[in-house]
Amino acid sequence: MRYAYFPGCSYHGTGKEYELSTHAVAKKLGMELVTIPDWSCCGATASHGKSHLLNIALPARSLAIAEGMGIGEVTTGCAACYQQLAHANIRMTENKETRDKVNKITGKEYKGTLKVKSLVEAIGLVDPEAVKAQIVKPLNGLKVASYYGCLLVRPPEITGFDDPENPMFMDNMMTLAGAEALDWAHKTECCGASLGVSNLNIAVKLIDKILKAAVERGADCMVVACPFCHLNLDYHQKSVNKQLGTTYDMPVFYFTELLGLALGISPDELGFKTHFTDTQKVLSMVG
Amino acid sequence: MESINVNESISKNADFIEQIGVESGQPVQKCYQCGKCTAGCPLAFEMDYPPHQVIRMVQLGMKDALLKSNTIWICSSCSTCSTRCPCNVEIAHVMESLRIMAGRSGTAPAGKAKYVEVMYNALLSTVEKYGRTYEVGLVMQNNLKSGKLFNGADMGLPMFQRGKLKLMPSKVQGAAEVARIFAEVRKMEGGVK
Repeated sequence: MRYAYFPGCSYHGTGKEYELSTHAVAKKLGMELVTIPDWSCCGATASHGKSHLLNIALPARSLAIAEGMGIGEVTTGCAACYQQLAHANIRMTENKETRDKVNKITGKEYKGTLKVKSLVEAIGLVDPEAVKAQIVKPLNGLKVASYYGCLLVRPPEITGFDDPENPMFMDNMMTLAGAEALDWAHKTECCGASLGVSNLNIAVKLIDKILKAAVERGADCMVVACPFCHLNLDYHQKSVNKQLGTTYDMPVFYFTELLGLALGISPDELGFKTHFTDTQKVLSMVG
Repeated sequence: MESINVNESISKNADFIEQIGVESGQPVQKCYQCGKCTAGCPLAFEMDYPPHQVIRMVQLGMKDALLKSNTIWICSSCSTCSTRCPCNVEIAHVMESLRIMAGRSGTAPAGKAKYVEVMYNALLSTVEKYGRTYEVGLVMQNNLKSGKLFNGADMGLPMFQRGKLKLMPSKVQGAAEVARIFAEVRKMEGGVK
């Protein structure tokens, strides 16, 4: 399968491990990711609070370029970028007036022929038997809490590929990888997103609830599909501990890192060394 | 909340009520106050008015109180409310429309709401300049404008050590095209900051 690929602004910064592991896993599964030439910021997570038009026009520039690649489907790892691209795509295909207006703003012609898929959906749609056949290092005994957050599954009118209350795409992938996918309560609770930057004292309360729910279910680690969720749950775990007096020590991975590990890719290639929480614990269990 | 004359408020603010309906595209008048949105809202505990009250206040035309509320900025647009609403009101979208309207009307948010607005502006100004979000520039500008100078300062070194902190922005070749998007939107909407 071939996709026009939108890396998103955190691809070489805070979301580095996601970018590394995405390409490594895609290669292994025979997915071709062709980066959209000269892609630009989708506006997340700010333009939605400034202007409806700006919020559609920022992602529309990259959509117009992607359409010119002739691939037909776009994918991106970041849940916030996915939401922005999918939202703009729907607004521009359902309403010609909006499309014309936005094309005038971007100075580029987007006809509205693309399909936008999140990376979770794109990898989740690979034939499970084909994935299974490539699992060389099953994650036996590893209890994984899959955290989807908000923008990957809500609102369903924009996302729609998985259940908004009890999504299963990542759980199914973890099961394929040999891990035990935990049924737990906080799969889709908000981590606070950019409140982690603007109002950390509020975000820590949300992060605390999510980590607590995962610990209570006996999770050895968590998987996420968004650099912002990762920043909040991985880096800010120590902010939660500091501000609320907790003692969390929960490794948080991108789902592509654990899937990649099971596919036999080396931890270094997947980005295990640049986390803020201890990834060694998990490696000693399944590595 | 001070008491208001409902009939007066509705007739005085009819334009506002209509405008929120048009801008958000949401059937706000369908809300019958079941409270499901507030029950599931992960941030209701930080809001001056919880989501179901915001919708009621829109129905009643309580424009000033809404545009000054911190709720419209604290909402993280997680859309839990929108997903669960039995009347199919995308409440998160109504919140966004109120936030945009507050910005347009020049209503200055205060306290924690102000920090959200500052962050939006800091992020978008890096996008307007480079075509992409520049994480370091975003944090620096955010701290200067919010007055929280050392916000996230302890992140710098550990991020740098892991190669996650880029000192130079990743610039888009078509950065001028992105700047044009901002300029065109301003032209069409008449002065979005």
